[in-house]
Amino acid sequence: MNPKGPEVEKLITNINGFDWISNGGLPLNRTTLISGTAGSAKTIFATQFLSEGIIKSNESGVFVTFEESPEEIRKNMRSFGWDIHKWESEGKWCFVDASPQPEIDTLETGVYDMAALLARIEFAIQKVGAVRVSMDSLGAFFSQFSDRATVRKEIFRITYALKKMEVTSIITAERTDELGSIARFGVEEFVADNVIIFRNILDEEKRRRTIEILKFRGTTHQKGEFPFTVIPGEGIIVIPLSAIELKQRSSDIRVTSGCTELDEMCNGGFYRDSIILVSGATGTGKTLIVTQFMNGGAEKNERCLLFAFEESREQLFRNATGWGVDFDTMEKEGKLKVVCEYPETMSLEDHLINIKKAIDEYKPNRVAIDSLSALERVSSLRSFREFVISITSFIKHKEVAGLFTSTTPTLLGGTSITETHISTITDLIILLRYVELYGETRRGITVLKMRGSMHDKDIREFQIDSTGIHIGKPFRNVVGILTGNPVQLSPVEMQRTAEMFRND
Amino acid sequence: MSKFALKLYITGKTSKSERAINNLKNICDEELGGQYEMKVIDVLERPQLAEDEKILATPTLIKELPPPLRRIIGDLSDKEKVLLGLDLQPYIKPPQKKGGE
Repeated sequence: MNPKGPEVEKLITNINGFDWISNGGLPLNRTTLISGTAGSAKTIFATQFLSEGIIKSNESGVFVTFEESPEEIRKNMRSFGWDIHKWESEGKWCFVDASPQPEIDTLETGVYDMAALLARIEFAIQKVGAVRVSMDSLGAFFSQFSDRATVRKEIFRITYALKKMEVTSIITAERTDELGSIARFGVEEFVADNVIIFRNILDEEKRRRTIEILKFRGTTHQKGEFPFTVIPGEGIIVIPLSAIELKQRSSDIRVTSGCTELDEMCNGGFYRDSIILVSGATGTGKTLIVTQFMNGGAEKNERCLLFAFEESREQLFRNATGWGVDFDTMEKEGKLKVVCEYPETMSLEDHLINIKKAIDEYKPNRVAIDSLSALERVSSLRSFREFVISITSFIKHKEVAGLFTSTTPTLLGGTSITETHISTITDLIILLRYVELYGETRRGITVLKMRGSMHDKDIREFQIDSTGIHIGKPFRNVVGILTGNPVQLSPVEMQRTAEMFRND
Repeated sequence: MSKFALKLYITGKTSKSERAINNLKNICDEELGGQYEMKVIDVLERPQLAEDEKILATPTLIKELPPPLRRIIGDLSDKEKVLLGLDLQPYIKPPQKKGGE
């Protein structure tokens, strides 16, 4: 955060994540323009701005509606848990109803101004002692009058008056397309100091909502687009990607992987706060590694949290039993929590928030996600990358061990998109590979990288039986396993190669 | 002729307000022959009334009676238009191409 504010002070909005990307909230006693296309959640933001003020800061608010009637807003916003009606009766919320009244014929003759509207807004602000004002939306205001120049001048006058009354306000405006001018009617020219843009883009057949602070005059903010999601019962949650600061502590305490041989390959186990990526083709034993990782934790009385996106609870528990691990007992003893979810049930942003929430609530010592690749299916590439970065940094900050699995698209060799995105932020990468030898498939495991520690460089064969994973000897006379093209070498050839690299 | 009930919303004693009041008085005296009741409401003094009536722009003239309810915003400088809004035709009726009954 940014404790020593610059010249312009800010009002903490309490909108989840927004205060981070805005370096502490909206510019105090100023008007901020919120511009976005239809359906970009502007009205929700406008409502939430007031609601969070009432709920968390005990600051009253005035809502000026040019579009929907107060009745509609009260009704539409109930699903977020905002009881506007109650706040109105408590004198914390006041509507100024400037919505169109189509049942009354209106004619214009001669000059007019919006002094009545301003008087009403001022009256409402005084009535509830408002600190926050939302105006929604400018487009609907313009469409009620034919004289655009007057409306424009009057909006300027209203924002000026609001500043003098020491209220912090937002005003929403429509954009016709995602990449065009800031807003219709050229409103940015007169509400120019602070501009925020909401986007709702169709990206690879998935809707992707983002928020971007375009400018805050005289004060700082985070740059660029940030994804956000709208959740029933909560409203807008901004996902501050670059809230990721590389300042997590680093521990040299080791924890077990749940498999003695694997611990040995890692020179004594995983570091307690490391992010581990297990990558392999389908059926190579990724879920098994996860199961053992959970089991190893539970045996040491750690709390383990497993997010499963590929298999149902029943399947997971049955498989675990097959490997000699009793998830049922672990859960009863409170050492394990399994969260099973179909990736398709919600958007990736919602998954992210759910995962974070579960981690916050359960406070685990180790977390596993099986698999990241399943989540890749439900999002665009960009959202997925953001998700991976966000979740890894979150887990790192909690200083728990996180193990993710990733499925490679090809059976032999190859890498997945998941790997490309997260390999640089993982501390440990374990590869599981099929090795074809003498007409049969065998399985190989190798520790590709391990930050801050020595590790075994061999590609070892492993077997799976009813007691779990058993890692054996290295494949000595095979090359090309990692590239998915295993070739056997004759002992003579091997010796010759070894001679070439001997240092003496 | 039925009696007219008119409300004129203004904001403060500005020149725009004065103009609207005078324009309306003239039109009423000339066209309605005293068959009207006119109320001037200053929004600055009675903001709640403006809230109830959902007034945005001033001056706003509301014709409450006879029905239909009608609003005319502006300083009422265009007499013909005001008459139209009050559902009154200017002196000569027939030759007009357009205009409601």
